Amino acid sequence: MNAILVLWWRELLRYTRSRAQIVASLGQPILYLLALGFGLGPIFKRAGAGSYLQFLAPGVIGMSVLFSSIFSGLGLLWDRQFGFLKETLVAPVPRIQIMIGRTLGGATVAVIQGLLVLVLALIFGFRPTNWLVLPLAVGFMILIAVLFAALGVAIGSGLQDMQGFQLIMNFLVMPIYFLSGAIFPLTGQGVVLTWITRFDPLSYGIDGMRNVLLGTAHAAFDPGVDFLVLVTVGAILLIFGAHRFSKIEI
Amino acid sequence: MIRVQNLVKTFGSFTAVNDISFDVAKGEIFAFLGPNGAGKTTTIKMLTTLLRPTSGSIELDDLNPLTHQNEARRRFGIVFQDPSLDQDLTARENMEVHGVLYHVPHKVRRERTEELLRLFELWERRDEQVKKFSGGMKRRLEIARGFLHTPRILFLDEPTLGLDPQSRNQLWTHVKKVNEIERVTVFLTTHYMDEADRVAHRIGVIDHGKLVAQGTPQEIKASTGTESLEDAFLKLTGSTIRDESANSVDQMRQFASMWRGGRR
Repeated sequence: MNAILVLWWRELLRYTRSRAQIVASLGQPILYLLALGFGLGPIFKRAGAGSYLQFLAPGVIGMSVLFSSIFSGLGLLWDRQFGFLKETLVAPVPRIQIMIGRTLGGATVAVIQGLLVLVLALIFGFRPTNWLVLPLAVGFMILIAVLFAALGVAIGSGLQDMQGFQLIMNFLVMPIYFLSGAIFPLTGQGVVLTWITRFDPLSYGIDGMRNVLLGTAHAAFDPGVDFLVLVTVGAILLIFGAHRFSKIEI
Repeated sequence: MIRVQNLVKTFGSFTAVNDISFDVAKGEIFAFLGPNGAGKTTTIKMLTTLLRPTSGSIELDDLNPLTHQNEARRRFGIVFQDPSLDQDLTARENMEVHGVLYHVPHKVRRERTEELLRLFELWERRDEQVKKFSGGMKRRLEIARGFLHTPRILFLDEPTLGLDPQSRNQLWTHVKKVNEIERVTVFLTTHYMDEADRVAHRIGVIDHGKLVAQGTPQEIKASTGTESLEDAFLKLTGSTIRDESANSVDQMRQFASMWRGGRR
């Protein structure tokens, strides 16, 4: 077993031990599916846009993957506080390996979380047009998870206390979610919102899932574009995160 | 084994370590003593690649830890002053992660984990999560973990803080053992002068970031004209009480213990 693997394993162990947290983290997606999916469903239908639950489900899955992955990266803050970070930073292992182990661990947890929400959505009545495309949707979940886990590490490397955490939550994580087209269609918006959503990487992740789960008619971009944007931005953030992580001083 | 020359570390306008130089020979036990906030931990952090010095040079086993981080890290082990365990993992898992990070082969990892957990009387509770441990048990696990791989240099930052006399005795016996049998160089800090007197070959006294005395315990006592190391220490550093200002990590710990209902 090497360093990357053992740190990945550690993230999974921690996840499986926080059962209460797993249940709690499913509360929000349920609320969204229920309140928005069913609540706004009739209006959406009257507007001629079809089933809102169908449209919303990939967005809520994307939200869970986003939250879970970015928080795993910000978990650096907790490791800094409880000291475990030091233990990994003095180990004779290149920091890039430590960063990759953590990021992949966090991303794996986020994908599991996304799959749980997918199951929830199926229970609520969501149906993909073709069951065979599910692996492709999981592929997009993985891309979203790695991208935001890397962003989380990049930010977490510089965070010193809880105040910073609140700031990130309110001015980064929530905007990324709400301005991503998770809950509204990206097409036919005004110029300002269109531009903003184009700069949100999550837009492409959720759009990618809509492309494969619902068909291209329900998506805003080409699936190839979604894929390329996520891979490119993900790679940049991984490099950026690794650089920031290598500079940590305690 | 350790060579420090004109080492300086400043944080803004505050100089934590002010131009210190010393040498620790191979196989030596060197005790670094000083009041709170004197610069002990900052020095250890610089020696162990956690902080970059503002100026000055460090050599660990003829290696510069700034340019050869990984090679330098391979050569030392450290027991930190404050906790560094993963509280959600069990004692054995903490040992396992450490062993993998330090490239200890699987079989050796198993054997040594059992041996050390038994030595520090944690074997019975090896599969319990660390957050359920008492303060003393956590501390013992932390020390056991530090001995899992055999480093050439062992840093112990106030290792006996919060340990009962039995564990303390166990610790020093083990430190002396690895020092004698495996020729491990030991660099330690402590507030207990009797420990330093008993264990250390040489002592350095630091105050306000400056090294104020250096030598064998006998030399230090002789130079200050005192009977005990404690008196020598007080004579060298004065009797005013020092307070370290709480840093952001301390503040966060406080916040977290409040938030977690003081479970820690």
